[in-house]
Amino acid sequence: MRSQMLLIRRKASNLVFVGFCWLATAIALAALFAILFTLVKDGVGGMNLKIFTMDTPAPGSDGGLRNAIVGSIMMCGVAMLIAITIGVLAGTWLAEYAGESRYGKVVRFVNDVLLSAPSILIGLFIYEMLVKPFHGFSGWAGAVALAFLATPVITRTTEDVLKLQPSALREAGVALGSPLASTIRRVLWRAGQTGILTGGLLAFARISGETAPLLFTALNNQFFSANMSKPMANLPSVIFNYALSAYDDWRRLAWAGALVIAVAVLSVNIIARTLARETRPS
Amino acid sequence: MTLTLDQSEPGQTTRTPKAKPRGGALDPFFEALCAASATMLLAALCGVLISRTIGGWPAFHKFGLKFFTVSSWNPVTEVYGAAGPIVGTLITSFLALLISLPVAFGVAVFLVEFCPSFLRRTIGTAVELLAGIPSIVYGMWGLFVLAPWFALHVQLPLLLAAKPGSLLEKLTTGIPNGANILTASIILAIMILPFMAAVLRDLLMTIPSQVRESAYGLGGNTVEVILSVSLPYIKRSAVGAIMLGLGRALGETMAVTFIIGNSHAFPKNLFDSGSTIASTIANEFNEATTEMHTSSLIALGLVLFMITFAVLAIARALLGRPKVA
Repeated sequence: MRSQMLLIRRKASNLVFVGFCWLATAIALAALFAILFTLVKDGVGGMNLKIFTMDTPAPGSDGGLRNAIVGSIMMCGVAMLIAITIGVLAGTWLAEYAGESRYGKVVRFVNDVLLSAPSILIGLFIYEMLVKPFHGFSGWAGAVALAFLATPVITRTTEDVLKLQPSALREAGVALGSPLASTIRRVLWRAGQTGILTGGLLAFARISGETAPLLFTALNNQFFSANMSKPMANLPSVIFNYALSAYDDWRRLAWAGALVIAVAVLSVNIIARTLARETRPS
Repeated sequence: MTLTLDQSEPGQTTRTPKAKPRGGALDPFFEALCAASATMLLAALCGVLISRTIGGWPAFHKFGLKFFTVSSWNPVTEVYGAAGPIVGTLITSFLALLISLPVAFGVAVFLVEFCPSFLRRTIGTAVELLAGIPSIVYGMWGLFVLAPWFALHVQLPLLLAAKPGSLLEKLTTGIPNGANILTASIILAIMILPFMAAVLRDLLMTIPSQVRESAYGLGGNTVEVILSVSLPYIKRSAVGAIMLGLGRALGETMAVTFIIGNSHAFPKNLFDSGSTIASTIANEFNEATTEMHTSSLIALGLVLFMITFAVLAIARALLGRPKVA
């Protein structure tokens, strides 16, 4: 009798647990799809060719997001140039030269801290370094702030990728009498280039949607400008301002902009993923 | 039998100095370049810390401990106490974790244990991709969809049902516009959900199948295997993963700024509008005109940095090195 009760209790608790797991997945997917649904519905509603051909309008008049898209691309491009240079070199140092030295450990820890530091604090820091001393917001400051966010990601992936390379590659370099620097540049970087590229794409996906660090650095600009030493329009800031405005047409633009960013970020992520899958040995 | 590793004839590998390849002189230069780049990371972190401390010093010096205990934030009278934003940050993050953790755990178990294999990859990838959606999208959804729905279907009915003076009234007073601590926490929870689910799933996958199979072999059913074998196996790393999720919630700016209502008063209940450190900085930094206002905001930034730093350090100690992105 008691064993019967126990069996029923065990079966019941199992059923509850399994049900809970199904329910949790359903809730999670429902919430996330609700967000995607709204994004696509309202985004496509505000989408037309003018988004890419006209600049941000005054409320009530026709316009698009051309200046913001161009500004975002320019700032992200410059940021990625900085981040890849520093990130790949720093990652190489961590993987090939630092070993288990104490300084290497410190730098690894610092990189992890930067990797998860709140982005708004990076924005504040760049404001004090590059905006206040030069008396003005600028596209350069925005780019540097974004570079700060992208560098730790690239450093980390470069280090991981280089460490995965078989030591036979390094030994082969030594056997041929090649200096370590050449082995790294000509053999290891080349062997790991897809992995490093994947890291770069992930970093790019991360910074292209960042808003907080741009608020105090690039500010915003209502007009088209390719001058990076002046305040510069960028998609995230425009979306932020327009979404909080009281005008319906501005809000429509904000949703269209959000869709543009989300689609861009998703496609970059998918490309990075496909690359990573192709190179994985298993 | 002896194993001979070196079968080459002696003298065969002589090399004249002339054979030294070009680029050898670059070696130390290249190493220095790499080391300099690594040092830049360290310099960046020190720079953030030092500039925060210097910039925030006037506020810390003037208000002392009161900066953390007083909840008046008044640019007119120049009195800044950050208790409101600090408590707001902690409450929203912990609430978000509380909502998100069981759901994420359920999703992770579902993906590893019950999910039909043709769906596993699809749902898994979808969850991971959603972790990459920019936070501003979550914020907009919160502002335009969640907040109005919440105000109409949760807040108003509760307000109308509450008798004056009752406990329910105390718990639900607040402007019924859906912009409050609770909705902000829900948005944060949805935002960190994909990340936490992905990490927990990866952890569950690391359990050797012998361990799980032997538990099933002893007659355990799913709930017993998960709770008394799988969970203890990944306990330590799971706490680390949770801390990483918490770190994300603490530092999140845009999603929260849209929907928390941005009031600096100490929140009276979950239906009251509040603010977090990040949302306060985002809203006010460009408008701050006096030195003390700016300094107080920078001091707030230092507090946030310290909190996230502590959380990350704990996560790292428990989890080893966290995953990228």
